[in-house]
Amino acid sequence: MKAFLRVAALVVRKDLTVEVRSLEVVSTTLFFAVTVVLIFAFGFVREGVPTDGVAAAILWITVAFSGTLALGRTFERERQADTLRALMLAPADRPALYAGKLVGMLLLMALVELILVPLVGLLFQAPIFRAPLRLAGLLAAGTLGFAAIGTLFAAMLVRARSRDVLLPVLLYPMTVPVMIAGVRGTAALFQPQPDAGMAQFWFALLVFFDVVFVTLALWTFEPLMTD
Amino acid sequence: MTTAVKAQLGIAALMFAASPWVINAAPHEATMGLVYKIYFYHMPSAWMFMLAAIVAGVASARFLFTKRQASDATAVAAAELAVVFGLLALVTGPLWARKAWGVWWVWDARLTSSLMLFLIFVAYLLLRQFGGPGSEKLSAGLALFGMANVPFIYVSVNYWRTLHPKTSVVPTLPVEMGRPLWFCVTAFLLLFLALLSLRATLERHRTRIDALYLSHDEA
Repeated sequence: MKAFLRVAALVVRKDLTVEVRSLEVVSTTLFFAVTVVLIFAFGFVREGVPTDGVAAAILWITVAFSGTLALGRTFERERQADTLRALMLAPADRPALYAGKLVGMLLLMALVELILVPLVGLLFQAPIFRAPLRLAGLLAAGTLGFAAIGTLFAAMLVRARSRDVLLPVLLYPMTVPVMIAGVRGTAALFQPQPDAGMAQFWFALLVFFDVVFVTLALWTFEPLMTD
Repeated sequence: MTTAVKAQLGIAALMFAASPWVINAAPHEATMGLVYKIYFYHMPSAWMFMLAAIVAGVASARFLFTKRQASDATAVAAAELAVVFGLLALVTGPLWARKAWGVWWVWDARLTSSLMLFLIFVAYLLLRQFGGPGSEKLSAGLALFGMANVPFIYVSVNYWRTLHPKTSVVPTLPVEMGRPLWFCVTAFLLLFLALLSLRATLERHRTRIDALYLSHDEA
């Protein structure tokens, strides 16, 4: 267990160091997320007033889009110098490598969401400070579910042809439960009379989803990544 | 083609040819009249779709953990059949819904989860087609994760509202309606089994030829 955590922490540190030196993924993903929100604003704001109840959907769609972009870029970097293969050759637990990659991805997406949520609140008049803890919980659980599947699939796709197209093709049908639960839960918080019970239900579903898929990913990472 | 497959195909063909008469013999339903009879094709295709999905998921898990090539061939065959029968179910369903509910499509738990499962298998075939070498493993992972996903999609959509008739409809059907239904289910099942073993054999031959070609190239 100790070795597992140490390997995971080392992978996270390596990813962060690479990222801090270039800021490539953070800056491009953040810029992309902001432009996506703006494009939604052009579609959904009429006469200066945003359409009712679209904020939650826009927030989650943007998270999914920018998450896909970040996943693609992160693993493309690992592919170019064949460093993923080097990582796999290391005498370490494969699941620990997966856990490290997943945590790195989560940190990156959390950073993007930190900018994204206030932006959506600002542009679509969403009450993001009404239940900040519940909103943060929904976002954290949803992002974990999305990233758990995304990291596994992006890692597998590194060896495939036309990986750029295939990542969203595989990822979006798989993460439908995350999208439904995230959008419904957030919408329950954003509506004029917030429904805490409803948000709680969707949060519980997301946590359950996370537990199942993180376990499944840790379990299948080894056979999936072995040639 | 083995004798068993030939026999299955032959019987299925005869049964499909006879099915219009068998279905015609079933009584009209009180509120929907003649139109409800699409159900005799809709439900068997939906069942075969589910069966194909389960076969694909189980075969993929086996392939992933045992690396048996035969399991992969079964998984591909089942995935293709899932798309075929899924498409049949998704086309006949709205035809029925238009008459029963007055709309072509509703975002009900069964409909949505069937559609998402169908999309997962389309993604599976896209991956097989365009993923290049090594995509067998990837697609096995996809099928396995897709299977695990279905209950979540079902629960999450179910929290809205469910219109689709419940599973309890089938055992309570009157005998005159039950007989043609089971007739059609048998015909679909025979067709499914025949196609599954044909396609799996084809896939096994294809991988063998590929391997022979590669070893010849290297020699």
